[in-house]
Formats: sequence, structure tokens, C-alpha cells
Amino acid sequence: MGRVRLLVGTKKGAFVLTADGKRENWAVSGPHFAGWEIYHLKGSPVNPDRIYASQTSGWFGQQVQRSDDGGQTWEPVGNAFIYDGVPGTHQWYDGTQHPWEFKRVWHFEPSLTDPDTVYAGAEDAALFRSSDAGKTWQELPGLRNAKGNLWQPGAGGMCLHTILLDPTNAARIYVAISAAGAFRSDDSGQTWQPINRGLKSPFELPDPTAEVGHCVHRIAMHASRPGVLFMQKHWDVMRSDNAGDSWNEVSGNLPSDFGFPIDVHAHEPETIYVVPIKSDSEHFPPDGKLRVYRSRTGGNEWEALTNGLPQRDCYVNVLRDAMTVDSLDKCGIYFGTTGGQVYGSADAGDTWKPIVHDLPAVLSVEVQTLP
Amino acid sequence: MIRVELPFHLRKLARVEGEVQLEVEGAVTQRSVLNALEERYPVLRGTIRDHGTQKRRAFVRFFACQQDLSHELPDAPLPDAVSSGTESFVVVGAMAGG
Repeated sequence: MGRVRLLVGTKKGAFVLTADGKRENWAVSGPHFAGWEIYHLKGSPVNPDRIYASQTSGWFGQQVQRSDDGGQTWEPVGNAFIYDGVPGTHQWYDGTQHPWEFKRVWHFEPSLTDPDTVYAGAEDAALFRSSDAGKTWQELPGLRNAKGNLWQPGAGGMCLHTILLDPTNAARIYVAISAAGAFRSDDSGQTWQPINRGLKSPFELPDPTAEVGHCVHRIAMHASRPGVLFMQKHWDVMRSDNAGDSWNEVSGNLPSDFGFPIDVHAHEPETIYVVPIKSDSEHFPPDGKLRVYRSRTGGNEWEALTNGLPQRDCYVNVLRDAMTVDSLDKCGIYFGTTGGQVYGSADAGDTWKPIVHDLPAVLSVEVQTLP
Repeated sequence: MIRVELPFHLRKLARVEGEVQLEVEGAVTQRSVLNALEERYPVLRGTIRDHGTQKRRAFVRFFACQQDLSHELPDAPLPDAVSSGTESFVVVGAMAGG
């Protein structure tokens, strides 16, 4: 039957939630690293007991914690993220150029083939890689050559928050940055190109179709079709069928096409999920109703999933890294809110239940499907 | 023997209880004390001073002898009472509103 382990990062610590394949009864472990912001935790697909956690503090900076026993015990590993060479500058809020300054790790992406290799997406936006299980980190500086001087921070900071590794092509990596856009490397991260053709940002950019500068919130892919990408942009849900070379809008009948997370069903590559948020000025669900929207057609045609979710007086947000799917049959879906709830569905979104109600604000949710 | 008091989160990170006692060779300064501290507890590297610049992190303060020494030069001598171990060198997480 299998079992699942949810890795939940919050504003005040990490939590590990476990259940058997029925996904009805959950055990809660935590808080780990109590009092610290845990931006993200993710396990190695090669060795699921190896988990990396980004532990950050406005006071005391960045720590990287690694567990080799499925989150029961943790060891701090390397926390030196030094930009390669002279880091240069990027756009600042006042229009001046501002030097790159490391602030935190937003996202870890462990290698699909080597448990000692892991990628880290940083703020200020850069991609780092460790080949020794997190002890040391080296920047892949070619990314910042993709017009990095034109990138600028959004309200949440200039962060590299999405890293996708192509399971069929070890040299291909996608990343997304707020507010710079999406980028692709076809040579293992040495060189990069912007992949933002088709994105339109009339409310955010003076040139709505600029090559870089778009506020991409999240990208998702299905492992069986790594050339098909789905994007939740600041506004607009987008789709690419050519590895990001061009994008088409698939927002369709969504009540709002603003939002943060987007994910793909584990077994149905044309079934995708988003959580519409009212607007960039009002970061809560439209009409006070928390609704996940599912498209079974790869976009454009969306249905509201509401069974078990609050349908009145709900004003939480769901952040970009806070939704995930397991690979059991039926596919499970999970998301966490800024109100501290983690909701789960064991039937592909048809029905939902809260797993926990009262955690600190949830920053990220990842799931591991275990034997 | 130099006495150093760490804030809660750094004590947890370094897995110590109470104050830390350090041997510091040569002049007793912010830099020499923090170097000795990080040598003993490598996990604290980057938490008090920035990895690259070695500058004090913005929301960290250094107190001793009822004085705020945060803005003193890193190689300025610390008060005699700290050098002699009579008073402790206190690393503080600054107030941040709320």
C-alpha cells in the first residue's frame, strides 16, 4: 500500500507528518528547529531518508540541516553560500543597481540520481549546487549572466524558488525567479537562456513582453513529459509544450488567475491544480472560499474542488512551495496555508480534510511516497 | 578565560547550555573572541558575522560592562573586565519590534 511523509516548513519550525497509504490517520512530529523560519524541506528521491532543510533567521542567517534518518535527527551542514567571483549588481527598488547579497535559501532540489548532490535556490537569486551532501556549496554563476543586471526583487525579495530537473535529460535544468522569469540550461547549469516568450505582464512591466523581469510564481512538470511545463505567473496560468520556448495562457474560467502554487497529478499529466487568490493586492481566496481548481485538460477548463475546504470567511494564502502531490493510487494532494492549516486529499482533490489546524504559517509542503 | 553569553537560538545551534568559556591568545578583541568562538563551534560561522565580509550581522549586537560595543572596530580592545573574565561578552539578538 505504501505510506507518505509530509515535510512542512513554517514560519516557526519544521513538522513531519506521517501516515499509511490510506492517509486518514496522521502522526505529527515537531516543531524541529523551533522558532526558526523553515523555508523548505525536501528528500532525496534516491535515498528518501536523506532530507535537506533550509533553516533561516533574520537575526542569525542561514543554516542547512540534513537528516539521514527520515527527519528523526538532524545535523547542520554547510551554510556558506558565496557568490562566484565579483557578484555584480541587479536592479534595485529605486532604479539603481544593487550588489548581489545572499539572504536565504528558498528551495532545495535533490538530484534525481545522486543522494550527495543537491541544488539550492537562493535569495538574492542564484543557483548553488553541493556535491558532498550539503557540506560545501558552489554557485552556477552562468545563470546570472542571463541578463541578471535587469532582474529586480519583488515584494517578497529576489528569490530563486523553483528548480526542475529533467528526468530524461540530465543536462537540462529549469529555474524560476521572482521577479526575473523562467530560465533553462541545456548544459548542466553552465549557461542559461531566458524562456519567457509568450508571457505578458502589463501591470508589472513597462514592456509587457520583456525578455526578463516577469514575476513567475511557480513552474511544474510531469516526469513523463518533461518538455511540457505549467506556470502560475503573478497573473495568468500558462503552459508550454516546447520546454519553455514559448508559452500560452490557459487561465480559462478560473475565478482569478492570480495565485502561487501549481502542480501536476502524479499519474495524469494533463491534470493540473492551482489555488486562485483574489489579487496581488488582496492575498486571500476570492469570496472568502478556499478552492483548489483542477483542470483535466491541461488548462483552460477548470473545476472548483471544495468538498471539505472552508467555503466562508476564509482569508488565508497558499504560498508557492506549499502544494505537493504523492504518487499513490489514488493520487494524494496536500497544501498548507498561511493560517497554519495543512489540508490533504487522498482522492485527487475530490474531497479534503485538514491534517493539522494550528501550525505556524506554512511556507512549504513536500510529500515523500514511501514503500 | 573569556566568558561569552550567547542568545537562545545560538546556544541551541551550538548545543551548549549557559555561558561559553574560551581561551583567547593575544589581544582580546571582538575579532579574536569571535574567531575563537567559531573555531570551537564551527556551526556558528555565518550566524554572528557574514561569511563573506566578516561584518557583524545587522540584527546582532555585542554588549559588555553595560555598554553597547556593537559599533566598535573589530580589532579594538574589549574592556579589561572582559579580558580578565570578570564580565562576560554578550552576543544579543537585537530587538526587532512586535
